[in-house]
Amino acid sequence: MAAELSFNQEIANMMYATHGNPISHCLQCGTCSGTCPAADFMDYTPRAIIGMIRENFKDEVLASNTYWSCASCYHCTVRCPAGIDIADMMYALKRYSMWKSRFKEGLIGPDFSEAFVKMIVNSGKSFEPILATTYLPRFSAADMVQEALTATGLVLKGKIPLLPKRIKRLKKFQRMVKRIIPLGELS
Amino acid sequence: MKQYAYYPGCSLESLAKPYQLSAKEVSLALGLDLKEIEDWNCCGATAYFPVDELLAYTLVARNLAIAEKTGLTEFVAPCSACFKNAYYTNNYLKKDPDLADHINFALEEDDLHVEGTLKVRHLIEVMLEDVGLEAIKNQVTHPLAGLKIAPYYGCQLLRPRKDHEDVENPQFFEELLSAIGAEPLKYETKTRCCGASLIITNRKAALEMVRLLLKEAIDRGADVIATTCPMCNVNLEVYQSQVNREFGTDYSIPVMYFTQLMGMALGIAPRRLGIAKESVPKAREAVTA
Ligand code: SF4
Ligand code: SF4
Ligand code: SF4
Ligand code: SF4
Repeated sequence: MAAELSFNQEIANMMYATHGNPISHCLQCGTCSGTCPAADFMDYTPRAIIGMIRENFKDEVLASNTYWSCASCYHCTVRCPAGIDIADMMYALKRYSMWKSRFKEGLIGPDFSEAFVKMIVNSGKSFEPILATTYLPRFSAADMVQEALTATGLVLKGKIPLLPKRIKRLKKFQRMVKRIIPLGELS
Repeated sequence: MKQYAYYPGCSLESLAKPYQLSAKEVSLALGLDLKEIEDWNCCGATAYFPVDELLAYTLVARNLAIAEKTGLTEFVAPCSACFKNAYYTNNYLKKDPDLADHINFALEEDDLHVEGTLKVRHLIEVMLEDVGLEAIKNQVTHPLAGLKIAPYYGCQLLRPRKDHEDVENPQFFEELLSAIGAEPLKYETKTRCCGASLIITNRKAALEMVRLLLKEAIDRGADVIATTCPMCNVNLEVYQSQVNREFGTDYSIPVMYFTQLMGMALGIAPRRLGIAKESVPKAREAVTA
């Protein structure tokens, strides 16, 4: 029987383009956490999350909001003395949690990503108002009112068109997408 | 006129129309011919990577392939997120034949093929390197004298690092603003993230990030915050009222694209630069006063 992959290895396997991104080289220096503009809003700091992955704390990592609070700003990445692309690792964690369908309760991030991808697969372009309606239900009532006001204000000011655009070769585009991912759960 | 394969990105067709207008006007005035590529698709910003890595690269690669087909050698994006995606996808394609094979298999469905041979650039780089500060200065007819500007670089224009360039304290934006006669301010948070799509997915975090950026600009006496990216611009401009509501502040500072400021200095009418359409009406006063 094949040995079960460590969590560390599973995450490394989710980073194709950066070829595994060796988080095992992390020095636990905390530069990433000190740099991160979103750290105050994370359950665990970037440094802590890396430590937890290495220690195989899979359940705790998957129950955290850390990577869904990452803005992908790459500030940590350019400062890491061990050359780790932490922002890319945060993406890998998002992918892993989408793949396993395991998220912390109440997060908007997973819904938002899915809605965005659906929209693009359906039209080839992104269109804010349509997107807004797909993610609004997750907002609290007060947020919803704010968001609606902002969106309506923008439409009235002529900043957002009322109808979505579509690319011309949409059918071919969708067949292209199908060669990469089976669309079952997305469309 | 030097020609470029131009990829505007979705934002420039909706929220960031003023950026589109001003980018075109200024490019024309400076002798840059931006040829919009045909039938391009959304490159996905930061939204595809959480779902599928290969799909994310494929969507960007389709635009690169369409641009390669034109025979032009340079790909220009005005949106920092689009630029970063195109730059890295192009690099990975060039370096990794396996990745390129996978993606080309998918692109066959649209009769396209990508090599990764383009030079990918952000619009501000093209202005700085191909036109140059001296030539820009020579074309300025209405210097923005006395206008104090906080140069906001944001993230994806600079990061990840591409070579050995200075990503901690870059100066090129300040130099550009000086060239058009304005006064660039010291702005410590100039490369700090505005929160990007956290504005939707983690409102509290993003509003705090935006608040910090607004606060420093206002504390330093800025008349305007200048940006190079539609997302940065939207977060700093449109969400000011929500920052005020959340934190009890009364911030009201215009946020403008660098191309709008350049256009003003080149004597192009504000209306043609999309300036009258700004959400914050003060933008107009600040630059026309
Ligand atoms: S900055 Fe790099 S080495 Fe330091 S804790 Fe973060 S990931 Fe580890
Ligand atoms: S990329 Fe994510 S983890 Fe890194 S500094 Fe930015 S927000 Fe923090
Ligand atoms: S990533 Fe953003 S700006 Fe770029 S094409 Fe897509 S929606 Fe438009
Ligand atoms: S500052 Fe925000 S919106 Fe601008 S490039 Fe960075 S992440 Fe994107």
